[in-house]
Amino acid sequence: MNVSVDLLIQSVPFLLKGAGYTVELAIGGMIFGLALGFILALMRRSTVSPLRLTSRFYVSFIRGTPLLVQLFVIYYGFPQFGLRLDPIPSALIGLSLNVGGYTAEIWRAAIASVDRGQIEAADSLGMTPFQTMVRTILPQAARLAIPPLGNTFISLVKDTALEATIQVPELFRQAQLITERTYQVFTLYLASAAIYWMLSSVLGWLQLRLEARVSIHLREN
Amino acid sequence: MIKVQALTKHFGGMPVLRGLDLSVAKGEVLAIIGPSGSGKTTFLRCLNFLEVPTSGRIRVGTIEVDGALGPHRQKALIRNLRQHVGFVFQNFNLFPHRTALGNVIEGPIIVKKEPRELAVARGRELLAKVGLADNADVYPSRLSGGQQQRVAIARALAMQPDVLLFDEPTSALDPELVGEVLVTIRALADEHRTMIVVTHEMSFARHVADRVIFMEGGTIIEQGTATEVFDIPREERTQRFLRKLRDRTDGSQFAQLMTTPQRDLQKNGVHVEM
Repeated sequence: MNVSVDLLIQSVPFLLKGAGYTVELAIGGMIFGLALGFILALMRRSTVSPLRLTSRFYVSFIRGTPLLVQLFVIYYGFPQFGLRLDPIPSALIGLSLNVGGYTAEIWRAAIASVDRGQIEAADSLGMTPFQTMVRTILPQAARLAIPPLGNTFISLVKDTALEATIQVPELFRQAQLITERTYQVFTLYLASAAIYWMLSSVLGWLQLRLEARVSIHLREN
Repeated sequence: MIKVQALTKHFGGMPVLRGLDLSVAKGEVLAIIGPSGSGKTTFLRCLNFLEVPTSGRIRVGTIEVDGALGPHRQKALIRNLRQHVGFVFQNFNLFPHRTALGNVIEGPIIVKKEPRELAVARGRELLAKVGLADNADVYPSRLSGGQQQRVAIARALAMQPDVLLFDEPTSALDPELVGEVLVTIRALADEHRTMIVVTHEMSFARHVADRVIFMEGGTIIEQGTATEVFDIPREERTQRFLRKLRDRTDGSQFAQLMTTPQRDLQKNGVHVEM
């Protein structure tokens, strides 16, 4: 085994630069995906059946096809129709659309689990549907949604590695580029694995913090 | 204060309310009794559109709503109606993520846009009034059922409603907690608030209500003072209901459990821990 400390130190700036893209794309994918998922969940609850069907169809397609294929469709496929996107925008769109599909199901289940009586209580005070959603449903749904959302986001951080295949210079791509020059395969891939692990751990910690925060009312003391 | 005309409600074609008419004067306390499935809860829920009536008119104070128009064409009107009608649920339905005080000030701050300090001051007064001044910062999960229901009453009062509706407010409570809630509701009756109480507590209906209504099959069968309805009911159906109720409160079911040999009970699928 040939672990070169020097090489590792020289590689750090490149890996961190890649990790920067990874974090940016993951955060962007989270924000847009979360919002898209919420809208899809609302569509799913709508009384207008075309909205419900669109939402179901979308979720089915996104969850039923590999993220890698989705990224290829956007980056390599869309140019056929004259829509040529750079790697990073392609990646951001692909991740957001993908996360949206998964979080839609999480939102839907979490919102559905809020007791009907809670909505009636808000109604009986004269709240608008928007006020009911923001003040009553969402805070209670969030408590249930946070653990599965945490899972989804941790998956998302790791899935950003797939963007290496569409030329995004993120963490894994940087590791690939360095190994192509130095053949230090094990060192570089292990180093990138360590960074993914660190990022995921931070997310896991954030998830627990958030969970505790929205569960204050259930604490024993 | 309340005027209901020809109120009907159908669930999937099945009539649950068959054209109810009712007037309630300001300050009047009304108790509605009747067997389960008689439509009394549905009737109460229709009054603030928690249940959408099939047809009929509902007026509370100066707000008049046409049941046949449905909820979508008169959203603002219905929200306005609800702000004038306090509703207390059988299962309390407190917001679990808000403290007792948070529950009470929610309506005034969010719906009525009252300044926070004002809402908090009044909220504390109301919690004191229902005997929970020391529990303002406690979450519902830490309160007993009776305490939760009293917070729910304070929450309804915080909107300064013209009318209070109670949907079997003690049915979900352990027997030893029923009293504290009934005492709270009684205190409100003594203030001459306009109230409609759907209840199974006959002694409460007898002692607190100005008027008792007996419902069955989606219509009002009989109404009058408590004495009239309970002691000299005119209608055969009222008599039958009251007779059944007395049998039940005699504790005959319990007595049967006590006297029947345990093996017979088990044979009939009844499991008793003693």
